[in-house]
Amino acid sequence: MIVETGHYALALALAVTLLQSVLPIWGTRRSDLGLASMAVPAAITQFVLVAYAFAALTYAHVVSDFSLVTVVENSLTTKPLVYKIAGVWGNHEGSMLLWVLILAIFGAAVASFGRGMADELRANTLAVQGWIAFAFLLFILLTSDPFARRFPAPFEGHDLNPLLQDPGLAIHPPLLYLGYVGFSIVFSFAAAALISGRVDAAWARYIRPWALISWSFLTLGIAMGSYWAYYTLGWGGFWFWDPVENASLMPWLAGTALLHSSAVMEKRDALKIWTIFLAILTFSLSLLGTFLVRSGVLTSVHSFASDPSRGLFILAILILFIGGSLVLYVWRAPALRPGGLFAPVSREGALVVNNLLLTICCAIVLTGTLYPLALETLTGDKISVGAPFFNLTFGPLVIPILLLMPIGQSIAWKRGDFLGAAQRVMVAAVAGMALSLVLAAALRGGPVLAPIGVGLAVYLILGSSSELVSRIWGRGQAWRATLARATGLPRSAWGTAIAHAGLGVTLLGLAATGWGVERIAVVKPGQTVDLGPYQVTIVKLEERQGPNYSEIGGRAIISQDGSTVTTIEPAKRTFPVRQTTITEAGIVTLGFGQIYISLGDRHPDGSIDARMFWKPLVTTIWIGAIVMAIGGIVSLSDRRLRIGFARRAPHGRLSGNPVAPQPAE
Amino acid sequence: MTALRRFFILLVVFAGFAPNLASAVQPDEILGDSKLEARARRISVGLRCLVCQNESIDDSNAELARDLRLLVRERLKAGDSDTQVRDFLVRRYGNFILLKPPFDWETALLWGSPALLFAAGAIPLLLGLRRRRQSPPPDPLSPAECDRLASVLNGDIPSE
Repeated sequence: MIVETGHYALALALAVTLLQSVLPIWGTRRSDLGLASMAVPAAITQFVLVAYAFAALTYAHVVSDFSLVTVVENSLTTKPLVYKIAGVWGNHEGSMLLWVLILAIFGAAVASFGRGMADELRANTLAVQGWIAFAFLLFILLTSDPFARRFPAPFEGHDLNPLLQDPGLAIHPPLLYLGYVGFSIVFSFAAAALISGRVDAAWARYIRPWALISWSFLTLGIAMGSYWAYYTLGWGGFWFWDPVENASLMPWLAGTALLHSSAVMEKRDALKIWTIFLAILTFSLSLLGTFLVRSGVLTSVHSFASDPSRGLFILAILILFIGGSLVLYVWRAPALRPGGLFAPVSREGALVVNNLLLTICCAIVLTGTLYPLALETLTGDKISVGAPFFNLTFGPLVIPILLLMPIGQSIAWKRGDFLGAAQRVMVAAVAGMALSLVLAAALRGGPVLAPIGVGLAVYLILGSSSELVSRIWGRGQAWRATLARATGLPRSAWGTAIAHAGLGVTLLGLAATGWGVERIAVVKPGQTVDLGPYQVTIVKLEERQGPNYSEIGGRAIISQDGSTVTTIEPAKRTFPVRQTTITEAGIVTLGFGQIYISLGDRHPDGSIDARMFWKPLVTTIWIGAIVMAIGGIVSLSDRRLRIGFARRAPHGRLSGNPVAPQPAE
Repeated sequence: MTALRRFFILLVVFAGFAPNLASAVQPDEILGDSKLEARARRISVGLRCLVCQNESIDDSNAELARDLRLLVRERLKAGDSDTQVRDFLVRRYGNFILLKPPFDWETALLWGSPALLFAAGAIPLLLGLRRRRQSPPPDPLSPAECDRLASVLNGDIPSE
């Protein structure tokens, strides 16, 4: 019964989105505010209905209602509760429902928190949001019904793919979708601005919190996916440049460009048309990602053609929204008046360069991802575009971005002084270069790129705060005044510094991979193997019996200079029913590095194949991503950005202006 | 914020007991000659495991990847150069096996794309810059405007 009501709620939500798509636009056209304001209750009703449908599906999974096809195919009565819940989105139908739920959450959030916005903009934004929700609800109901029944219901389900029964993969899709789908709001804002033909600095301020939230979640989602790949696939690979990863990287690059260009638009009323374009582009790339992942086109062009209903439907949505918004853009954008002028050397100029490079990076990823598909469709020839291509093309573009980042941060708005800005980051640059040289000299004969990368990372981490320091620090200034200046700085300045430093932290981890140590060996119990600065001794190997598997468990002692540091217990499990073997790797974090041991086959003489890694600073790759996301959240807490509001700051606040010199204590 | 912290704790906690399917290069595959083995590893990194998503045979634990790794080592032991090994595999499996696509007429656009994209972005930007530099400076203020400006600056009338 609950399942039927859930299904019904979904159909009702479709009807509500139809109202939400039409009434507000009609209302604003006729200057009928009452009609236009229908958008708000419609968006909230849509959210309530979709949330109910999602709750109903979750209920069916939790109580193992095997009359539902999706539950049969993805659940098992004995599956732990957390994976019963995660199983809701661990399949195509459920994940599309999650997609729509998050879309509805964002729509309802704009409806409830957007009171400070212009009525017309809010109504039109929600209408566009309604179009997207309509398209995807229709997609779910027609091609991917999560509530489809089957009779007679079996007594037991097929269980969830063991690979998906993992905490990482349980939270990865919601995080990623919050990012992907969050950019739909920015897209809707852009379309609404084009429809009304009015866009100004206030518009940039409205979109900023939504772009920041989405960007932060997307950052976390990508990092989570990469960490999952790292610990599951196991030999230190955390990024494979595979199309699914690229699908999430593209909106991230475009979204990062958008965050920067919208800053210019908000502060200086310039780059308006470009910012609107980026807003459209970012969500279009999210849609493209959804299409690539959901249509099966990636596994093979042929498998896509053999079951085309879903793929073609998403492709139609893709073409409709991307094509429609671009037509709207070409038609209406020339009507927007370009805004403020600026000199080439200025903060605006630096951000234009940032946008140029980020957009090219994004376009290269897009080309590399779609080129094999296009080539195969056109000529039938198959090629692979893998890591070596991206390292050669993407890499050289990232270097100038990294080098210019701290300089751009300390250059003045409108008309800047490049040399002055470069001077401000001099300390960071010298520190980075010095460290590079010291490392290169100390570790002669090691990898060349690693010391350079570490130096660059240190330059980024220090350089990202050099602007803050110059605004806070004064020679001979009392600490109280310093503190007052620090707390007086807008949170967005702190957010920028934190996020930029986060990228430096990630780079640190990437650079340090060059110093990683790998040992692949046949080891006997009691034998000691050198692994970087540590020694690994396998002390025990034993066969154990689990509930539905048998395993060979090992215990390894990690020691350094004769004293024990810690122990790791790697294992290798064999599931007789599924005929699969899973290696339970032992990972231990020491400082910021990790030791990673996985066991292979056991030999008759009692020895065992083992792969051992020492990965210095590897955790900083993901810690950096978390720091970046924290930067986004800090920036979000800036008082001028409190969701959708543009409030005037109280008078007399020290907003980064030079404070009158105070006598030293 | 708490959600974020919980996420972080989760991340740290689960790092400890994560399942893993790794095997990739196994000890019995490794060649006795360390120079030859290093070459084999270097070649393997650039070869796609044909049944995987953009994963190299050096990384993949698929059965096919193991066969290919052994094949690479066999060819090297037989005295092939790195290029000969790659050519041998391309003859067998096509360009699909190379993670770095070769430059030919089919991939010219792919390899040319970074330069083309850069030109497409940078040239309009530079032209715009030049046009702006060459555009005449704005007209000077008319006497009436000067008077109005002066009175605004003197505080006689509010600016807006």
